[in-house]
Amino acid sequence: MQHGKYRFVVGFLTAPLALYAIFVVWPFIQSIFYSFTNWSGLSPEFSMVGIDNYTRLVEDDVFWKSLWHSVLFALLVPVVTIGLALFLAFMVNVGGRKRRGGPAITGVRGSSFYKIVYFFPQVLSIVIIALLFQFIYNPRSGVINALLAGIGVDAQPEWLGDPNLALWCVMAVVVWATVGFFVVLFSAGMASIPAELYEAALLDGASRVTTFFKVTLPLLWDTVQSGWVYIGILALGAESFAVVHIMTVGPGGPDYSTTVMVLYVYQKAFRDGQAAYATTIGVALLAVTLAFAALVMRLGRRERLEY
Amino acid sequence: MGSTSADAENNTSGAVNGVGRRDLIKRSAALGLAAVPATGFLSACASGGGDDSTDGPEKGSVTAKNPLGVKTNAPMEFVLFNGGFGKEYGEDAVKIYEKNFPQSKVKFSATLTIQSTLQPRFNGGTPPDLIDNSGREQMDMGVLVGQKQLADLTPLLDAPSYHDPSKKVRDTLRPGIVEMGQFDGDPVYIMYYAYTTYGVWYSQKALDELEVAYPETWDDMLAVCAKAKKKGIAGWTYPGQYPYYIPFSLYAMIGKVGGPDVLKAIDNLEPNAWKHPAVKACFEAYYELYRKGYILKGTPGLSHTQSQAAWAEGKALFIPNGSWVENESADVIPADFGVSIGAPSGLDSSDKMPFGTLWASGAEPFVVPAKAKNQAGGMEQLRIMLSEESSKNFTSKVKSLSALDGGTDGIELTPGLKSGVAALEKAGDNILNPRIQDWYVALQKEKIGTAGLGEMMAGRLTPAEAIKKIQGYADEAAQDDSIKHYKHT
Repeated sequence: MQHGKYRFVVGFLTAPLALYAIFVVWPFIQSIFYSFTNWSGLSPEFSMVGIDNYTRLVEDDVFWKSLWHSVLFALLVPVVTIGLALFLAFMVNVGGRKRRGGPAITGVRGSSFYKIVYFFPQVLSIVIIALLFQFIYNPRSGVINALLAGIGVDAQPEWLGDPNLALWCVMAVVVWATVGFFVVLFSAGMASIPAELYEAALLDGASRVTTFFKVTLPLLWDTVQSGWVYIGILALGAESFAVVHIMTVGPGGPDYSTTVMVLYVYQKAFRDGQAAYATTIGVALLAVTLAFAALVMRLGRRERLEY
Repeated sequence: MGSTSADAENNTSGAVNGVGRRDLIKRSAALGLAAVPATGFLSACASGGGDDSTDGPEKGSVTAKNPLGVKTNAPMEFVLFNGGFGKEYGEDAVKIYEKNFPQSKVKFSATLTIQSTLQPRFNGGTPPDLIDNSGREQMDMGVLVGQKQLADLTPLLDAPSYHDPSKKVRDTLRPGIVEMGQFDGDPVYIMYYAYTTYGVWYSQKALDELEVAYPETWDDMLAVCAKAKKKGIAGWTYPGQYPYYIPFSLYAMIGKVGGPDVLKAIDNLEPNAWKHPAVKACFEAYYELYRKGYILKGTPGLSHTQSQAAWAEGKALFIPNGSWVENESADVIPADFGVSIGAPSGLDSSDKMPFGTLWASGAEPFVVPAKAKNQAGGMEQLRIMLSEESSKNFTSKVKSLSALDGGTDGIELTPGLKSGVAALEKAGDNILNPRIQDWYVALQKEKIGTAGLGEMMAGRLTPAEAIKKIQGYADEAAQDDSIKHYKHT
């Protein structure tokens, strides 16, 4: 069978690689190509303009704002989401304390209920979530300001209407919408960690915090790392587009305080008829995404633990 | 971006535009982007093939019944925006077309997503024959015209009207409609089918309860707001999330105070157009609303429907809006509300235009693509829609006026429509028609609207700062050679 091995391997790889090349690599090459043209996106005619789009990009204030917001999304949303998800998953799976007659290692009381509740947002489309939160943030009749008034706070923030708050409001929605998925992901990872390790830690008198940092996190590192890349890409791409596009003033405002690169790509390509410039921004987005993935991989490199 | 249906077609068209393609290959080879044989395909993939149709638009013989010379058996395709006006009026008009041209196969479709549906077809060179290019996914008209993708509708305008053959179509339309369809010079590329009145919208009942009349000057406006405030009612609200609604009343006020030329200068992106004293005075007038606390609390965070709901509940007296508001918020507006439009209040007697001066202009832009196979059919369909019968059908079904002048006799009008018709009568020839929102969408919505006026009305910019910022944006747009510039004459 040895002589047929390569044919066998190639046979399996051809189809996925071809699909990848056609639907992933090819569009990348196309966008890079179009970024050197003046294609409007509304007619088949265009001509080459060299690096005009790139010089324009460097001078474009709105682009730099959107880049900064996208970088904030890529840095903050993963930290908060993953931190929160790790905490919740830990509490749900191993954070409980021994109850009479139960197993030594268990989640907090009612953890099976929480597991389901945390996953709820994942069932809703991000569009619906964004619309719901638009109502929640409504400064006049929204839940938040009603609660604030209810507990006697005079301040009635304008949330999405306030340039200092809008970006945080939008990020909070992305965190809310994605954290449930990571709770489930990390729960699955934690379930595969042998209970003996926890029992040993427990016998040694380790607190919950110590157990988390010394046992759970190191053994879960691979999952955390891939989860990190995944949410980072979500935060740079689809999720941030949906929430910003649907919820914010303008969209992208007030005064460009929430615009992100994906939104800017969309506006240039589909509102302003400047598809070539949009692909230029897309190329910049590609660079940011690659840099993010490389950074996470680099920082996350650790010795693999066998157990 | 994705592959389009033009790929297959492109293989056959290679011979026709071989030169262009070879050029392209040379250039991209120089860029070292892709292998030579792949490049021809590359250029075709997302942007479609070149224009290689040798068969021009199909034509039939011209008769009195068929003044545009529609080829009676040619298929016709019509894509309608299925938005606030629904699709019924389009279907009804198609039925008439089918009756008149029984041999023609008509394909009618209605969609919310004009751009996603039609952009690939423009790129592929196979657009439909008539498009209602409207809604959130409207394709940029300036770009379409600039890229020569639209047909000149002059034959339609010069054809006899459907219901009164003694008149040309162009003579049956409301003021400004033809002019709005022009971009550079004479050709008319867009036929706006609906007619929108913009201004300050209010409840007649609310004003009656306050025992005030609609204010004709800004001092009166402030007095009305002060009186309302004492009763716990805010003077104004606006869609804070879409601050480009503010111009719907502000621009007409600028035009009333300083005359139409101020607005034309703004449309033409002239240097210092925004520094005109009339602009400054009107900005300051609006800023007073914020300073005196006459704006409904929380307004900067409200969407259009949320602000309209607050207005319909009587929380605020006035809202800058267009005549679609009556239909859009129909389910929250109480029956005895008395929806009314007010022409913008002026400053004082030194205003250049009399009270009643109104911003009214076309909406629902219909276009016939330059590469449509059956252009005459598309125009004939429009001619049918501009008949008195179809226009009345439209007005009674969707509560909006149409581009046809008059055409409201004998149908029952809603309060908002009735006040719109009255406002148009009062305005007479004093109709303003700012074009900036059609010509420079990004500038109008995102820069002037959101980053300028929105910030000012939320109290984060003073009028002087807002004017400086907006003038800066306008100058940028004037110098930006990636956008096409137009002239309002």
